[in-house]
Amino acid sequence: MTASTGSLSELSAAELRDSVARGDVNPRRAADAAFDRADAVGARKDGLNILLYEDRGDAHRQAADIATQRDSGESGPLAGVPVIVKDNISTTTLPTSCGSRILEGYVSPFDATAVRRLREAGAVIIAKSNMDEFAMGSSTENSAFGPAKNPLAPTRVPGGSSGGSAASIASGIVRIALGSETGGSVRQPAAFCGVVGVKPTYGRVSRYGLVAFASSLDQIGVFGRTVDDAALGLHTIAGLDPLDSTSAAEPVVQYRDAARGSLTGVVIGRPREYFPDDLDPRIREKCDASLDALKSLGAEIRDVSLPHTDLAIQVYYIVAPAEASSNLARFDGVRYGLRIAGDGLRGMYEATRSTGFGPEVTRRILLGTYVLSAGYYDAYYLKAQQVRALIARDFADVFTSGVHLLFTPTTPTPAFELGAKSDPYEMYLSDIFTCTANLAGVPAISLPIGRVDGLPVGGQFIASHFDERQMFAAAYALERRLGAGAHR
Amino acid sequence: MTSATVARWAATYEMVVGLEVHVQLKTATKIFCRCSTDFGASPNSNTCPVCLALPGSLPVLNEHAVDLAISAALALGCHVQPTSIFARKNYFYPDLPKGYQISQFDKPLATDGCLQIGTRSDGSPINIRITRVHMEEDAGKSIHDRFPSVTAVDLNRAGVPLIEIVSEPDMRGSDEADAYLRSLKQILEYIAVSDVSMEKGSLRVDANISARPVGETKLGTKTEVKNMNSFSGIVRALEVEFARQCGVLDAGGRVEQQTMLWDANTDEVRPARSKEGSHDYRYFPDPDLPPLIIPIERIDRLKASLPELPAARRARFHDAYPNLTPYDIDVLTAGPGIGTYFEHVARLSNDAKTAANWVMGDVLAALKTTDQTIEHFSVRPADLAELLNLVRDGVVSHTAAKQIFGIMVKTGDRPSQIAEREHLLKVTDDSALAAWIDEVFAELPSEAQRFLGGERRLQGVLVGQVMKKSKGSADPKRVNQLLAERIGT
Repeated sequence: MTASTGSLSELSAAELRDSVARGDVNPRRAADAAFDRADAVGARKDGLNILLYEDRGDAHRQAADIATQRDSGESGPLAGVPVIVKDNISTTTLPTSCGSRILEGYVSPFDATAVRRLREAGAVIIAKSNMDEFAMGSSTENSAFGPAKNPLAPTRVPGGSSGGSAASIASGIVRIALGSETGGSVRQPAAFCGVVGVKPTYGRVSRYGLVAFASSLDQIGVFGRTVDDAALGLHTIAGLDPLDSTSAAEPVVQYRDAARGSLTGVVIGRPREYFPDDLDPRIREKCDASLDALKSLGAEIRDVSLPHTDLAIQVYYIVAPAEASSNLARFDGVRYGLRIAGDGLRGMYEATRSTGFGPEVTRRILLGTYVLSAGYYDAYYLKAQQVRALIARDFADVFTSGVHLLFTPTTPTPAFELGAKSDPYEMYLSDIFTCTANLAGVPAISLPIGRVDGLPVGGQFIASHFDERQMFAAAYALERRLGAGAHR
Repeated sequence: MTSATVARWAATYEMVVGLEVHVQLKTATKIFCRCSTDFGASPNSNTCPVCLALPGSLPVLNEHAVDLAISAALALGCHVQPTSIFARKNYFYPDLPKGYQISQFDKPLATDGCLQIGTRSDGSPINIRITRVHMEEDAGKSIHDRFPSVTAVDLNRAGVPLIEIVSEPDMRGSDEADAYLRSLKQILEYIAVSDVSMEKGSLRVDANISARPVGETKLGTKTEVKNMNSFSGIVRALEVEFARQCGVLDAGGRVEQQTMLWDANTDEVRPARSKEGSHDYRYFPDPDLPPLIIPIERIDRLKASLPELPAARRARFHDAYPNLTPYDIDVLTAGPGIGTYFEHVARLSNDAKTAANWVMGDVLAALKTTDQTIEHFSVRPADLAELLNLVRDGVVSHTAAKQIFGIMVKTGDRPSQIAEREHLLKVTDDSALAAWIDEVFAELPSEAQRFLGGERRLQGVLVGQVMKKSKGSADPKRVNQLLAERIGT
């Protein structure tokens, strides 16, 4: 053992993997270092509450398998790298409860395809992270198991819904974590926690094993401490999956190769709708600084317009609840999860679901049921899908006009105080710059671009469908140029 | 409700029927997962995360089911849509694991078909328009009578592929509904996409029925009748419901649009407890499944591989076998296997009428008594043709042939082998025949006396006795000649 725990935590995912492959670091020690770090930062329920389930013994067993493989000369691209997985992504060794009472303690008989690919690459799954119940929320306050806290400012939220995964990176427990996005649930907490968060193109990563919230928007995403960690993580889990009919056959390139890419000749659009007059001037200033940096790297900055952006939140809050109302019907107390006896079948359904689902999930199920109802379908769901097509066309128009990437703030504000947003609609607005990418299906990445009053600010690149490579190239370059300034 | 009552109403009211037929497709695996569709497996053994609707599971469409559905749609004269959409039909029930059924709604697989179910007295065809054919998954089974005070759920059937075939309200009477169902079943059997068995549940029928005064062209208010489990039950349920509606209308009342359940035991229809018509299924396109896009090449390939359909076969038999009656043709085209078998025998024996008689008589009877299917019948068509040829060539008698056929059914042996082994070859040897004649004369001295005295009408009796004595092997023609010769001497 040549590396101490201290220096171990400095390693990137790729460096850790190489140390494991060389035999310098035992995978078990890497896992233990993650658990020790979780102890040190107080990641559990009585502290930051960012981890819901963990199993050191199981992590040791996984690590032992990786060590055996290494001894026989085989080390995968994530050999020995500890990874934390959001609680709505199925794992056979830890429960998958979606932050909900209705699935408390539920253990899936299968691994999600993304988890299977992580395991095949040698990653060690050490814990499941806290989240807004069924990924419905932007602060991780909607978890049935209590709110998670931002490791950088524990009176504030880590963002959501993948708040636990973002916080597990920010607190230095792991270098790579999985989250899921429906309207910004990776990028927004990445921005709030000062880490990198990637939402791949819809279809890039298999949804098999991701417990569905809104199927046409859901996509598994990756958190990294750095752009490189995220690139490595995404490359591992991306690609066609015969178990998901919406996964794409598009070739997966090695995103890490984009690290050396130049920005000369790259046209970066600055969509005016993402820089409204009432945008927090400190965030605007950080974004402008990043745009200047990109310009100095050789990129051309061009003002563009995505005219239907202001309709995105309304569209999102019709489409997503509509699909959710159907997706969550399976939690009926019949086959698995919570069952509360009631008067007859209907009584059982009502007792189980009203006890098992929290208020935000209930609100969205009701909203979704309403907009799909006879007589309202055309006015709400159908209309929303039509507007969604216009939002997607905004992006298509921009990307066919010679613009390669868009750069925007990830969120309108930095991390807010716990309990600050009691009005659901206020909370919904924190996804205003992120949900468009989900509606259009395009990939996006958020990375730290500086701090305001000590709180991280995220900047976002949005690329055209399946052009994650371009997005990574810009993120690598900006990250390098900002250097330590990204965290000041 | 007597038939007489129905007949009385029929003079003043017209029955209008449209049918919704669910057909289980004959695939090895389910429509959205790879679980077996075996019927009768132990409860919940044919299940997986997908058909149990475990969190995180996703459907993947079974392309073979799509092929079968397209074949059915084409055989029913439908237009297969280049793009169709799977939609979710949302409702809660314990045997519906996802809380929604994946079906098709406003963009079905195929539309605008037509089925001819017969001809009117003036020779014009009776055509029933088919509105649509769409694909969907079956639900599981709720079992209410197995365990006291609880309902058990078996999800083996959940996810078995179905097509729903919806007709226009084009049937005018229960007899036309019956004819439609028989024609539909026959076509689906010909193209082998389903077992189409009401007993096994692979064919299920719901009926929309309304009554209107004779001469009226507007449709009356319909009810939907469910829970029929046989064709005769459907006919009966339609008649009973028709008479009920006529009674309501005749008394100046209005028929309420509702779902009625048929009870075969009490011979009654009664309103279903829950008003299914008021259910809002909140259909929307299933975001887990991309639109089903069917290239024209796929449709053409399936169209080309469709077998000869019943109507075409009937027409061809009519032209190719002029000796067959319309009745013969109906029997010989009832199922796909029987006609193929018949044609094989007819071709090898070069005698269609005799082949038809044998197939319609002895073969069908043997299938019934031995519970075999024509496809796996122990008597191969070539062997039956050989038997017919043996009779034609005078090698065995007709009586012996029947005996030989019986042994063929049991053993599957070839007729010539059986005839030899069982001494059933026709005896034409004069000395053997003369010996039998002598024996008969000895046993019936008075008849013999009278015959020899010139009473020629006794010849038939004597021939019969000789045939009996020879166990059918004597050549009756030669026996007649020999008897005639004795009078002459």
